Amino acid sequence: MYRSHVLVCGGTGCTSSGSGRIVEALEKEIAAAGLSEEVKVVKTGCFGLCALGPIMIVYPEGAFYSMVKEKDIPEIVSEHLLKGRIVKRLLYSETVKEDEVQSLSQTQFYSKQLRVALRNCGVIDPENINEYIAYDGYQALGKVLTEMTPQQVIDTIKASGLRGRGGAGFPTGTKWSFAAASVADQKYVCCNADEGDPGAFMDRSVLEGDPHVVIEAMAIAGYAIGATQGYVYIRAEYPIAVKRLSIAIEQAREMGMLGKNIFGSGFDFNLEIRLGAGAFVCGEETALMTSIEGHRGEPRPRPPFPAVKGLFGKPTVLNNVETYANVPRIILKGADWFASMGTEKSKGTKVFALGGKIHNTGLVEIPMGTTLREIVEEIGGGIPNGKKFKAAQTGGPSGGCIPASLIDTPIDYDNLIAIGSMMGSGGLIVMDEDTCMVDIAKFFLEFTVDESCGKCTPCRVGTKRLYEILDKISKGKGEMEDLDRLVELANYIKSNSLCGLGQTAPNPVLSTLRYFKDEYIAHIKDKTCPAGVCKELLTYSIDPEKCKGCTLCARVCPADAISGTVKNPHKIDRNKCLKCGACMEKCRFGAIVKN
Amino acid sequence: MKSLEELKALRDKMAANMGIREDDSDNIRIVVGMATCGIAAGARPVLHALTEEVAKRGLKNVTVAQTGCIGICQYEPVVEVFCPGKEKITYVKMTPEKAVRIVNDHIVNGNPVNEYTIGSTVK
Repeated sequence: MYRSHVLVCGGTGCTSSGSGRIVEALEKEIAAAGLSEEVKVVKTGCFGLCALGPIMIVYPEGAFYSMVKEKDIPEIVSEHLLKGRIVKRLLYSETVKEDEVQSLSQTQFYSKQLRVALRNCGVIDPENINEYIAYDGYQALGKVLTEMTPQQVIDTIKASGLRGRGGAGFPTGTKWSFAAASVADQKYVCCNADEGDPGAFMDRSVLEGDPHVVIEAMAIAGYAIGATQGYVYIRAEYPIAVKRLSIAIEQAREMGMLGKNIFGSGFDFNLEIRLGAGAFVCGEETALMTSIEGHRGEPRPRPPFPAVKGLFGKPTVLNNVETYANVPRIILKGADWFASMGTEKSKGTKVFALGGKIHNTGLVEIPMGTTLREIVEEIGGGIPNGKKFKAAQTGGPSGGCIPASLIDTPIDYDNLIAIGSMMGSGGLIVMDEDTCMVDIAKFFLEFTVDESCGKCTPCRVGTKRLYEILDKISKGKGEMEDLDRLVELANYIKSNSLCGLGQTAPNPVLSTLRYFKDEYIAHIKDKTCPAGVCKELLTYSIDPEKCKGCTLCARVCPADAISGTVKNPHKIDRNKCLKCGACMEKCRFGAIVKN
Repeated sequence: MKSLEELKALRDKMAANMGIREDDSDNIRIVVGMATCGIAAGARPVLHALTEEVAKRGLKNVTVAQTGCIGICQYEPVVEVFCPGKEKITYVKMTPEKAVRIVNDHIVNGNPVNEYTIGSTVK
């Protein structure tokens, strides 16, 4: 029996900021202090507050230490763990108010969050099935197998209003009922863990922090539709998630949660992992299944839909990791409980990976219907350096931007579609006034051009042409007619592409054009980039009034473009200037002007 | 794992070890003074006895925590019990045997063990 538990985040974010070394140092110090029998060190999944990693929380006090360094460990062990004195200077500042230690749930970052899919992340040891079981793990599977019929399971999921968290928002229960209605000798359950949107990492965090929840939900789905075999398709770039999921599958097998005759019900279910090689298109359901079959990951036309003819030509249910993470809770707490959260048509919660120009980058889970303002200003802690909020991009390369004027929009599937964006898998990138919207559209198009599989022409050629027009505009060589060309081409690609990748690829262009047309026009007519990003449209010059002739700029210039003598104003040679901005960063007198 | 009952039994057994991670301020808190004075007087075995007993009985809403010097070093080991909405009760000169009795009588049955409290010892 341990009197204290020390939880250290072992998610990818904190691992890369050194939490592995923290765990080693802790174990060493704890052993040296003779506390190994009293204090348990647990490596958990993601806490969400990745900006402040490595993160560590000590129970029973609930003391939340952030940005912990190896050299802090001896002090934490000798003061806190041995003598019971919390090391206040190392606590997350939000949890210390007037010298009182506050609980984490009262902080700005966590108070508005509601953790359903992430409820075990940062709480349990993902490599220990017993800790999952302690928090009601596998109870839902047991209940389903011993007390419910497959139809009752499907009805419960339908009634809960759960919709696919991968982005498109298709009702999960309906999907299951289609697959259940298909007759075949073999059916499959697949999990899409090929999270490819730049900036999104909620699926990775669920698999790293709570892998058993996915296993349990897939077995439940298998029972509901009559499948005995499941595949998790996960990208090989997620080594920690792959490792923890493999351990979890092994443990589930040993416990009899996977395999033959689960809970003595006669139901068999097996699960295997398939690794993706990192192609974005393999996150598209038909391409994913083609890849599992061992072929090159290319999409195929729908219909037939996977529920009728999916993996190996058999009826298949394919859901996203986060969708599955909600399923066991719905079974245990009931459809009404789940349906009580969220908005009229979007029930439950959604996890967002918050990134970009924001204080608290990390993972947040909020009820559907929370406004963007609450996410950015309250949970996210606002925008650094006193800059102004300009827009937020949701849904990555398939989504669009939400301008500042719509910051009070309650976020759910239908509202996001209505304003020209989409939920996507849940990446949420915050942009401030230093972001150029033409440049952002160009960035995402460059990504889709790279990732287009090339099977259909509208996507393969169309996205390339879109990119070229954007590139032209960003270099000040665009014409007003290009704007019409963009819209025409974008709509053509949307309606003619084979799969979701192409059908959504023009969204970043269309939504930036819709809300920031003036920026496009500035690039075309005035040949300027209002945000000061597009290099070709910038010129750097030195204000002779302010320049003191310190020569610092001339010394850092990599192109030798700056000339001048000591104590006399310097000059920039525009023909040589690379527009790297190094001089501007160095100048102590604010003499270098960019416009 | 053969049945749901078996799983539930395992859950209850495991959950006893996890209650420590609940963030619940309504809990009864048993706090042991663990400064140098407390440790020197034998607070550590007392702390162990408390955690073991709480776990053995599967008590859910109880937190066993440690704190620094309470200021009455001559009475160490000191244990304080905070029940929500009630005055705190301070036990002094604790031993592992006394600790077990406090869990039994005070925490489980709600009868503070008067003879171990600071009031009766100082008299």
